Amino acid sequence: MKILVCMSVVPDTTTQIRFKPDMNSMETTGIQWIINPWDELALTRALEIREQPDSVVTQVSVVHIGLKDADPVIQKALAVGADSAYRVNVAAAGAMEVACQLSEVVKKEHFDLVITGHDSADYNGSAVGEMLAELLDWTSFSSISSFSAARDSITIEREMDSRTETIIAHPPCVLTIQKGIAKDPRIPSLRGIMGARSKPLLQLEPIPCTGTSAYVKFENPAPRSKCRMIDPANPEELVELLRNEANVL
Amino acid sequence: MSVLIYANHDAGKFSKSVLELASYAFALANQTGGQVTALVTGNPAGSELDKLGKYGVAKILLTPEPGGRAFDNRAYAAFMASAAQASGASCVLFSDGSISRAVAPRVAVRLQAGYVAGVIGLPDSIEPFKIRRSVFTGKAYGFVEITSPVKVMILARNSWQIAENPVTCTVENFVPEIAVPAAGFEVVKVEEQTGAIRLQDAEVVVSGGRGLKSGDNWKILEELAGSLGAAMACSRPVADEGWRPHQEHVGQTGKVIAPNLYFACGISGAIQHIGGISSSRVIVAINKDPEAPIFQFARYGIVGDLFQVLPVLTQAIKKLKSE
Repeated sequence: MKILVCMSVVPDTTTQIRFKPDMNSMETTGIQWIINPWDELALTRALEIREQPDSVVTQVSVVHIGLKDADPVIQKALAVGADSAYRVNVAAAGAMEVACQLSEVVKKEHFDLVITGHDSADYNGSAVGEMLAELLDWTSFSSISSFSAARDSITIEREMDSRTETIIAHPPCVLTIQKGIAKDPRIPSLRGIMGARSKPLLQLEPIPCTGTSAYVKFENPAPRSKCRMIDPANPEELVELLRNEANVL
Repeated sequence: MSVLIYANHDAGKFSKSVLELASYAFALANQTGGQVTALVTGNPAGSELDKLGKYGVAKILLTPEPGGRAFDNRAYAAFMASAAQASGASCVLFSDGSISRAVAPRVAVRLQAGYVAGVIGLPDSIEPFKIRRSVFTGKAYGFVEITSPVKVMILARNSWQIAENPVTCTVENFVPEIAVPAAGFEVVKVEEQTGAIRLQDAEVVVSGGRGLKSGDNWKILEELAGSLGAAMACSRPVADEGWRPHQEHVGQTGKVIAPNLYFACGISGAIQHIGGISSSRVIVAINKDPEAPIFQFARYGIVGDLFQVLPVLTQAIKKLKSE
């Protein structure tokens, strides 16, 4: 079974987001870029499964749609254990374009299973996995919190709004994972970092894909008003304010 | 513009978020001179269907549950796209949740439509179509321009006030003439979450952080939540330590919620946590550290020892509720 993990590259989650003076794009100077945390968990779980004795998984690769400046972040995925990486050299404007480029990689390289994180930490689209599945005409599952692989089937847990389902499915399919699938992302070892340099990071040229949406402007949220402090000896005052001032009780 | 909404229901009952969606759809259709159609699957009672008319839905397309018993997002997407074409909708709307996240992007591909999730208000302009959404987990807003004739959008939770707009509502049986692919998977076990209030739907949420010191200390929080009829949540370190299940983790890498009232107890307020709660209407912070960043985001704050403050607060709320 060949697994492809889709990774987006996002600002470190502690980043204070700022925009350029014209508010048309993000101020990227000084930003620390990381693998989208959910994609990183997806990769971690894929590697765990591949490393089990008698694993049916023969290959775990990562793919990123973006320009060359993402290569150091892709190297990290190789350093923690991915076998190879692909980067489609295009700055995609939206989820639809990303999914379109991904579908070409999946078809060309014959992957059986594609895993994406449920939400990217930047524009919070969480749409790429499902769009990709529709383009490929594959089965897909979202909100996956657990995943294991057998010879020709996978067992997954899907968290719907009010229930958890255990599902047996058959590749090819696309999984969109959420938290819970793996506990901690891996930290690359020195040996892993050295080894990553000899692993293939293939740059692919984009296919023509039409986008249907784009960000044209950004805005910072309005500043919050000052916090009203309440005497710890008098929580009754808080109750009174919540009822009569904020009208939420 | 004509608007199609997916009105999902839980055992025949429309949730608050569906009524928010219907109200939003009515406002959008009204602004642009169109009407609202709703796709309803399964067989809710007529009195429930009438509710949709009360909130502005002019036509209901009633269809059998697509794909049989198990939720099959492929079949739902095929039905929804077909309903969009049948009703001539140029805007297809979903309320936020695990079903819509699994279905809406597929519908967008089928209709070659632009897709926006996290919509928080009406479009800024129709020609060209520009709409505002929250990005970077609530840390900023982005304006998206959609260039395709059809738009697929997910309305963010708690972002639109329910408003009654009674219209005459007709119900039509709808059987799309499409081949739905066989499911190709099997649901072997289902665990229903019963009893507890669902975190994403909760009006009030009580959340605990590292300040509680141990998973054994959660009782004081549970009592506060009990007095308020609130759902329980926690910060990331708490879920990572295994003090609480990861389903309760709110924050940038956990659930993103928007309750009316959020109690952050013993939570310092790291920016990742704020990302998950910043759309809450009122945030109350209780923390022993007066410098904790959570106080910059809270409307009301108490600097003090949780183990002393919370029980007194719980009593005060119980007293108020019994009046």
